[in-house]
Amino acid sequence: MSGQVETAAARPRLSRRSLTLNIGLFLVGMHVTVALLTLVWTPYDPTGMTGGRLEAPSWAHWAGTDRLGRDLFTQIMIGSRIALIVGFGAVAIAATIGVTLGVLSAFATRYLDDILAAAFDILIAFPTLLLAMLVVAATESASLFSATLALGIAISAIVARLTRILAKRILSMDYITAARTAGASWPSIVFRHLLPNIWPMLAVNFALQFGLAVIAEASLSYLGLGAPPPNASWGRLLQEAQGTVYTAPFGAIAPGIALVTLVIGMNLLADGLREAGDPTRRGRQ
Amino acid sequence: MSLLDIRGLTLSTGGQTLVSDVSFSIAPGERLGLIGESGSGKSLTALATIGLLPRGFRVQGSIKLDGHEVVGASESAMIALRGAAAATVFQEPLTALNPLMKVGRQVAEPVIRRHRRAGETVDRAAVAREVRSLLERVSLPDIDRIVKSYPYEISGGQRQRVAIAMALACRPKLLIADEPTTALDVTTQVEILDLLSGLVREDGMALLFISHDLPVVARVTENVIVLRRGEVIEQGQVHAVFDAPKHDYTRSLVDAATAFDKALGPSR
Repeated sequence: MSGQVETAAARPRLSRRSLTLNIGLFLVGMHVTVALLTLVWTPYDPTGMTGGRLEAPSWAHWAGTDRLGRDLFTQIMIGSRIALIVGFGAVAIAATIGVTLGVLSAFATRYLDDILAAAFDILIAFPTLLLAMLVVAATESASLFSATLALGIAISAIVARLTRILAKRILSMDYITAARTAGASWPSIVFRHLLPNIWPMLAVNFALQFGLAVIAEASLSYLGLGAPPPNASWGRLLQEAQGTVYTAPFGAIAPGIALVTLVIGMNLLADGLREAGDPTRRGRQ
Repeated sequence: MSLLDIRGLTLSTGGQTLVSDVSFSIAPGERLGLIGESGSGKSLTALATIGLLPRGFRVQGSIKLDGHEVVGASESAMIALRGAAAATVFQEPLTALNPLMKVGRQVAEPVIRRHRRAGETVDRAAVAREVRSLLERVSLPDIDRIVKSYPYEISGGQRQRVAIAMALACRPKLLIADEPTTALDVTTQVEILDLLSGLVREDGMALLFISHDLPVVARVTENVIVLRRGEVIEQGQVHAVFDAPKHDYTRSLVDAATAFDKALGPSR
């Protein structure tokens, strides 16, 4: 029909879209590379005194040093690793629990659906951080694992509610009814029709939740409930920099920049991937 | 024995009765039209036939599909019955196909399911051949391209043909067509109707054709049931009912259709 016109109109959007994807790939890729690098090499020993206290950024210490004279850039690099573990871990846990419960709720009888929907709403009404603190308290020891698990559980309610709403919309579509009238079993409906069609929206939400999980882990660490020292979580670096923020502001700025680049990168990446995976858009390329 | 036998079907939800005491039957190979304005309960009746009513409906009466009682049947019993006994074509071609699945794979799905159910080994090449022959049967052009297309890449009429091919792939004894041409333009409508009635005759399928449009129903079916506010007000042979409507409501439907045709000019 008007394919020609649309192609012409879509061209500027195409370049903007690949730009989104590329910037996202670059930022996330940078963090992943740095995180992998820290497994084999860091500029300095993260726990050793390598310079004077609270030094400003210099060629020797790109992000300066903390109040114990440790190199901040090294700690921020290790922080990447922790942020990625927490982000991916929490989202993986949230996706597993949340998507399962959400789909179950959309398929369930009205009675069970009401109960599940109410449960999601109540869980969402609790602030994520508070919920995570409860879970950490329940595991009785603050560790990287308990923080990840806590955030994963806290986020799963949000994912479950979104999944439920998206799934209900798709399940009311004619092609689902048509597949059911043709005798499709429910696993076939879920895996062939439902999940592929709600996946783009879920993926974007996962990226968003990834960012929130990284920030929430920083908050948990800031409160002393995250990964314990010597794990240099960005949140703990921010917490430590708090006391000296007037004399050595870069101690707070540097981990802040790291946090922001990862969260923005993840969001851009998800947006780009969603559009790249959409056949109606891909077809116009 | 009739293929579909509905006795005293009453459907209610939230204290409202939407279909009351509807009875009719369809013999194998019979083509029956179910006609009525929107809200008359025709689509609900069709959904009840295959046990796919929305949640919260109370069903009374009896629906026997291919000898099996549908009312109160378990979901697993219904899954086995659907497809083999009945398949459906819906109104809206836009939403009738999974937007993220290529047409070829989409049509292959019911083909593969039918072979599996029959306990046969599923051979990829054979499935691909069958998909192509199904698409040929619904007169789709340029099948090489269509097989590899996503639904948004083909026209509304072509999508509806694909949906019909998918229903045919089940080899059902009863084909339920729920306003299959309402969303299409007039020329495409006629093509799809002729295609449907041709296919139904060739395969000896029974057809339950739901529409609000009298001329459309007259074109494809031999018998008709007029529904109004969930009640059967008239039934019989299409031409008998339309030429000499007994009920005021049917008469007003016929008059409206004739007036509309006159306004359009002498096209019939």
